[in-house]
Amino acid sequence: MGKLVALTGNIALATAMRQINPDVCAAYPITPSTQVIEQFSEYVADGLVDTELIAAESEHSAMSACIGAAAAGGRVMTATSSQGLAYMWEMLYIAAGMRFPVILACVNRALSAPINIHGDHSDSMGARDSGWIQIYAENAQEAYDNLIQAVRIGEQMDVRLPVMCCMDGFTTSHAIDTLELLDDKTVRDFIGEYKATHPLLDVEHPVTYGALDLQDYFMEHKRAQAEAMKNSRKVIVDIAKEYKKISGRGSIYFEEYYMDDAEVVMVIMNSAAGTVKTVIDAMRARGEKVGLLKPRIFRPFPYNELADALSNVKAVAIMDRADSVGAEGGPLFMEFKSALYGRKNQPMMINKIYGLGGRDLMLNDIEEIYKELREIKNTGKIKALSEYITVRGEEAAYGKA
Amino acid sequence: MVKLKDLIQKKPIMEGGHRMCLGCGAPILVNLILRASDAPVVLSNATGCLEVASTIFPYTAWNAPWIHSAFENAAATISGIESMYRALKKKGKIDKKINFVAFGGDGGTYDIGFQSLSGALERGHRFVYVCYDNGAYMNTGVQRSSATPFGAATTTSPAGVVIPGKLQKRKDLTKIVAAHNIPYVAQASPHNWLDLAKKAEKAFSVDGPAFLNVISPCPPGWKSEAKDTIGLCKIAVDTCFWPLYEVENGKYTINYKPKEKLPIETWLKPQGRFRHLFKPENAKLLKQIQEDIDKEWESLQKLAAL
Ligand SMILES: Cc1ncc(C[n+]2csc(CCOP(=O)(O)OP(=O)(O)O)c2C)c(N)n1
Ligand code: SF4
Ligand SMILES: [Mg+2]
Repeated sequence: MGKLVALTGNIALATAMRQINPDVCAAYPITPSTQVIEQFSEYVADGLVDTELIAAESEHSAMSACIGAAAAGGRVMTATSSQGLAYMWEMLYIAAGMRFPVILACVNRALSAPINIHGDHSDSMGARDSGWIQIYAENAQEAYDNLIQAVRIGEQMDVRLPVMCCMDGFTTSHAIDTLELLDDKTVRDFIGEYKATHPLLDVEHPVTYGALDLQDYFMEHKRAQAEAMKNSRKVIVDIAKEYKKISGRGSIYFEEYYMDDAEVVMVIMNSAAGTVKTVIDAMRARGEKVGLLKPRIFRPFPYNELADALSNVKAVAIMDRADSVGAEGGPLFMEFKSALYGRKNQPMMINKIYGLGGRDLMLNDIEEIYKELREIKNTGKIKALSEYITVRGEEAAYGKA
Repeated sequence: MVKLKDLIQKKPIMEGGHRMCLGCGAPILVNLILRASDAPVVLSNATGCLEVASTIFPYTAWNAPWIHSAFENAAATISGIESMYRALKKKGKIDKKINFVAFGGDGGTYDIGFQSLSGALERGHRFVYVCYDNGAYMNTGVQRSSATPFGAATTTSPAGVVIPGKLQKRKDLTKIVAAHNIPYVAQASPHNWLDLAKKAEKAFSVDGPAFLNVISPCPPGWKSEAKDTIGLCKIAVDTCFWPLYEVENGKYTINYKPKEKLPIETWLKPQGRFRHLFKPENAKLLKQIQEDIDKEWESLQKLAAL
């Protein structure tokens, strides 16, 4: 079995990267993900990995170099946050469209403006249509576990897609947490050897990547990419099960906390889920039927499974740590509305935008939301469909009575 | 040393049948350069005419591994490829020598890809960057770039009633690249095939980054005749608009000095993009162009004398 250690989330990620030992890592520093690459650079400098490290001059070039390296034929990783991910945006779509299983550790941070270095999900949510598989982590342990599984998921032959592994800036990246590491050999056996298809370095069999694809073929290629994303659903399940065998840990698409008989439920991703669990423990002790659904996989979005999980619930609060300005609610809320559309036993749903720019969600705030949900369950009335919470000033809520 | 006899026997890496215009300089210089490689090549290509017109799916003109990923990142992309090569070599998974080449137009090199180029040069990857400089964003319909010559009319620097074309001087990219202190930098022209091939050979031989800036006429953009492409290259060099020189580990060498420097009008006249300069009211602009060229030629000679 593994070794129990106390590490920050960033060092946990760097440790997973050391164990994965990618062929090439190209990156550019940005708070709060910088430490991942700093620590990994030490592993490179000390010869603990064989990786060629490219200290790129920008995130755009870092992702471009990842794409070149992946096309050349090998395992490739990077890490970034916020503006860095935004700066990569053009290349994110290209990595996915070219079907390269690049792995990106995204340490979630708010997007400017105003500039802010703390955790929210606006960066990775902004990339949700880029064609990357997205996996979210509550804590350092999950972040570590996800990164190792990401290698296998992305590299599966009927998937071959890039994977973004997200965890919260500072709350997870900089706080010391206890976690269990697998030993190096177990990780290496689990991920196995990478077999590149049509590598550029196979000069005897020249291939052209990135041809101009016009009306005649473009849609077939995009559809093939969409199919690959669909294929990843099963792969994600298989890999999670296999990983559980070697680690004894992990959920698949999402984690359920007291969901068996829960009447009112909060849906929340990443670190704040931990705080919600604390509230649930206290409320359950008082006999209240509250529960938590914590999505792990955001892309591909597990529509049916998530909707099934909510089928016996009366009222749900979807918690978004990012807004989709101008839409009726945050990105997670919109996905859940689609997932539940047309279902017979739809729960009543509300949306809260919380924690932007790293603002804490306190125990008390969470308990208030459960109270509101109980009220909704009892009266059948929703006061506000979507609103910002824990915020000063006039409320500008959508769907407010 | 390269010999014409050997060069022409090599199969062209960029095959015929692509859709670049009649008289385009780019395919000519691409094949000349790639033929001078002593090893198989892997290529990265920025968005632009060379990319768009050579790989319309399901066709490709390339007889070598080739990748295009975006406009501003041919250098970053090749640096990823070259790093993977080194990683796999270290692990014993690959052993043969491969040369790495990135192609970019002037827009993809002087402008939007400038940072990516500078970064890759500074990191010291072993690759040859080739800029085919046709002096504008041709693929999107002849917009001005920072390589567009002073006075030229483009679709974003048109010769209008009050503004007579582009009023800014070209960025001197070759010297900026030389300031990166990389092992090899050269400016070349396809009309002097031997000089270009020799420079390519040197570029491939160095253990680090090399840069070739090659003039590349574009009949639709220059409003010139396809048959004049090679001739216009020669005049560009004989007027000293485009001097042939190289910088080897910091040492400047002029590779060709015209016996008699031709007046710049000889080069401007056959190109429709400069037509407005020959109106009487623009005589001062013509004068200024000549003065600038004379000054730059002087300063290059001084550098070479160091
Ligand atoms: C980020 C981005 N901005 C703009 C474009 C549009 N675009 C494609 S090619 C091109 C101009 C290319 O000019 P140059 O590099 O000089 O090559 P040429 O077409 O002249 O051969 C432009 C502006 C793009 N593809 N990507
Ligand atoms: S437009 Fe100019 S650069 Fe483009 S293919 Fe035609 S001649 Fe070549
Ligand atoms: Mg151009």
